[in-house]
This record gives sequence, C-alpha cells and structure tokens, in this order.
Amino acid sequence: MGMIAIDGLTKRFERRAVLDELTLSLAAGDRVALIGSNGAGKTTLFRCLLGQYRFQGTVGFDGPGNGRRRDTATLARIAFVPQLPPPLRMPVGELLKFAVNGTGADRACMDDIAAKMGIDLAEIRRRPFYRLSGGQKQKILVTIALARQAELMIFDEPAANLDPAARAVFIDLLAERKDASMLIASHRLEEVASLVNRVIELDRGKVVLDDSVVDRLKAGVFRNCRIGLAEPHPTFITALTDWGFASDNGTMYAGRIPAGDTLRFLGLLSRYASLVEHLSLDTGEV
Amino acid sequence: MSSNARASFGLIARLEVHESLRSRWFHFYALVLVGLMLLLILTGVSESRVMGFTGLSRLLVTYIQITMAVLPLFIIVATARSMVGDREAGNLEYMLAFPVSLATWFWGRFLARLMLILAPVLLALGIAAVFGLMKGHEIPWRHVGLYSGLTAALATCFLGLGFLLSSVSRSTEVALGASLMIWLVLVALLDLLLLSVLIKAQFVPEFVIGIALANPLQSFRTASMILFDPQLILLGPASYVILDLFGVTGYVVWALIYPTALGLVFAALGYWRFSRSDLV
Repeated sequence: MGMIAIDGLTKRFERRAVLDELTLSLAAGDRVALIGSNGAGKTTLFRCLLGQYRFQGTVGFDGPGNGRRRDTATLARIAFVPQLPPPLRMPVGELLKFAVNGTGADRACMDDIAAKMGIDLAEIRRRPFYRLSGGQKQKILVTIALARQAELMIFDEPAANLDPAARAVFIDLLAERKDASMLIASHRLEEVASLVNRVIELDRGKVVLDDSVVDRLKAGVFRNCRIGLAEPHPTFITALTDWGFASDNGTMYAGRIPAGDTLRFLGLLSRYASLVEHLSLDTGEV
Repeated sequence: MSSNARASFGLIARLEVHESLRSRWFHFYALVLVGLMLLLILTGVSESRVMGFTGLSRLLVTYIQITMAVLPLFIIVATARSMVGDREAGNLEYMLAFPVSLATWFWGRFLARLMLILAPVLLALGIAAVFGLMKGHEIPWRHVGLYSGLTAALATCFLGLGFLLSSVSRSTEVALGASLMIWLVLVALLDLLLLSVLIKAQFVPEFVIGIALANPLQSFRTASMILFDPQLILLGPASYVILDLFGVTGYVVWALIYPTALGLVFAALGYWRFSRSDLV
C-alpha cells in the first residue's frame, strides 16, 4: 500500500479529545507497533482509519484524502482484527463464506492458517461463532485477516486472547506476510517487537514517540551481542544458532545481529527471558 | 447498480435472512401469525356469521384485525434493537470493516427483513385459501390480494420506523422504550372512543379525522374493513368524511401507498442518520 497521510486528525467524545491534532504518515511496507496505555487513542485511530468515526482533519490513502469518510475500495485493501471478537451468531462456516465472497479471501489459505493455529475449520464450521472460546474466536478472525490479500493489516491487541503457543505461531505467520504493511496495537511492545520496524506511542491522543527503527539502525550496521544462559535450553539454542550465534562452553553465546533487526531479536529474547542470565548488546558500530 | 454492488447487496440480504431465521423473535413471530390462522380455522370461525360475514371472508376479517395488533408490535420491537444492538455488541465494528458500502448494508438488511416479515403472513393467508378450497367456500381472491398488499404496506411502515429508531438510538434500552411508546400512542389513537373524546372535548373534527388518516394502523384497519363493508357501517359517523373524501377505491389506494411511503421515508431518514454519525 502507498502512503497513509493523517493530517490534523481530531476525534472528540463529548468535548474530550481522544485524538488531538494527530499528524502522521505511514509509508508502504511500514510495520508499526502502536503502543500506549488504556485510553491513549489506539482503537479510536483504527476506527477513524476504517471510516467508522466522524472526525476532523484528513486521512488519505495513496495521497490526499478524497473527502469521503468511508471508502469501500480502500476497505478492500485493509484487513482488520478487533480487540474483542464480536458475538456474531452466525456459524463459523457462514462467516468464512462471507469473507470469501465479500473480500476474495482464499478459502484454502484459511484452512492452512487455521491448522497452523491449531483450529480445525471443518470441525467447527457449523458452530455459532459466539459460542466459541475467546481464543478460538480470535484465531478465526486472524485466519480471515491473513487469508486476505490485504495491503494493510490492522490488528487491535491481536494476541490478547491467545495462548502462548498460538501467540508464537501468530507472530510467525505475521512475519511471513512481508508484502503487507501493518499497524499493530499492543500494550506489550515485547510481544510484537520482532515484527515491526517502527514504534509509535500514543498518549492522550498525541504521538509522544515515533521511533523509526530503520532510520536509526541502518542496513549494513551490526551489533555485537553476548548472552549467558542459566542452563542449556535446546529450543533457545536452536533459535540462537539460527541467528548465527556460537558458543564455546554451551552456556555463553556470542554473535552479531543486524541493527535493523534489533527489535525482532529482542522479541525472541523476551520469550526466553527466564533463561537469560547475562546479556550485553554493544550499540557501537562494528 | 453494478454487478459488484448487486453481489454485495445479495450477500448482505442473505446474511440478514440467515441471521433472522436463526433468531428467536422470528420463530415466535412466525409461530404466532401462522398459529393464529390455524387456531381460527380450528375454532370454526368461518362457520359463524357476524354482521353478515361468513365463510372465508369472516375468517379473513378476524385474522386481519388480530394481525393489525400483533404485526406492528413485533416488527418495531425486533427491528428497533437490531442495529443499535449490533453496535453495542461490537458486531458493527467488525462487519463494517469489510468492503461493503453503507447503503448496501442498510438497504440489504431492510429488504431482507421485509421479505421475512411478510413470509409468515402470506403463508397464513395461503393456508386460509387452501382451507377455503377444501371446505368449498368461495375464495375472495381480490380481498386476499388486497390484504396481502395492506399487510405489506403496514410492515414497510413499521419496519422503516424500526430502522429509524435503531439508527438514532444510542442504546438498546432507549430504542426499545421509544418503539413501545410509539406503538402505544398509535394504538391509543386507533381507539375510536379516544377520537370521540377528542371530538367531545371540542377539538376540530377535521383535526381528529386527520389524526385517524395519519395513523398507519387506522388506515390499515379502515381499509381492511372497507373491503367487506363498503358503507363503513362498522366505523360510524367518521365513515361519511372518509367516503366523501376518498371513496372506497381511493381509500384502499391511500391505505396501500401512504404507509409504504411513510415507511420508506422513515427508513431513508434512518439511513441518512446512520451514514452521517459514528458507526460504532
């Protein structure tokens, strides 16, 4: 997707500005972690982007805004997963069919993605969506979103209802979608750090941090890293080896990581935080 | 309408039909409307004679009078909470993130609901016709057709009102309260006794007749009566004004067009409000 230009975006509820003169631009390929405390304006921003709220200011896709609040051609390019799964009464099969017919989502792709997330769509297709567990609902919504050929993916706290295993699979699936831009709202940066190249923090409707990781951590720059493990852990060691780390004694590992992948690497470390006894990350260029 | 728009419209209409067919309100509604007809048939209403009516005509007169009380209440209560309920539950936030235009979403649901609402009434009238044929009664086909039309007009009117209420209400409670209040007011103004009291209280008679003409429930009731009682003997003195002003055919046409137009205007207002406010 081309650039999204947000200019002077203000949304008020009963005179209280939830988004306050927000100006932001997203380039094609941006994978943004949108962080902030409750009420910071993350969900409101998404709803403005999806044309669900009236607002002041402009939101333009591929250039200046066309003046229309909600444009179906734009929505066809956006996949969305809400913070709370809606209590839809329709059976799962009908929801999937609606997504296929309404957005051109790939049905076979849905089966693959759902299987990776531990859901058998054939088994639950007759069950009403609202009767599924919170985690199952979230997995189905993620499945639908990822099966679409969307250019922008908007996820509002997507992993909130997922168990750790499903969360890891979900992160991997998102990482595979290199063709799409992403806007991921999360209270926990470490959860999505491995995916993103830009972090935007909102506070009371304003951008208080816009950390374009790729600008600062240029391609071709590496960081030296040393990690001491409390005990040899096969999965963690395999992951470190994949990153090019090597060890002399089985517990102390050393390697170099591309600076642009720092967040992704820290995301990996966060999964095994309890095993890390020593960590040093040399920020100087090598 | 482009083929894409037609496909989207069909998609939303099918979704609404399936959603309603699953809902308890529709099961209950269909059961009441079809059950009433079966009950009237079983109790032998068609064999009795009241005010000169007997056979299938008698059955239809009784059924249509009951329908007038049941149909609007069901429609307005079930519809008024539909969109506002979806908004509260978060269904709209998700479903409207799909690339479907608001017009398609709103009018697709409207049309689907209208068809569903009419289906049980038409089924009941069909059952009555079959029953009449089996009993050897003469079938008043013209009246069956006009009753179907009057019912469709009344249904459109209250469906439009329900969509309007659902669009302007910010909570299900408000929508339900408003819909019940409006229904009660219309039923109260239906009461000829109340209208008589207004006349007795020296309201201008034209104003009182105006209220009766503007009330879609009353127009339905009067038109359904006029089909079998062209002199409107059952209605009393008010009939002089109606017959002088419209005539029999004119009044039936009025009762078909006015509630339909009113319902479409309500629905259009609802759409206008829906499309210009926060959707979630």
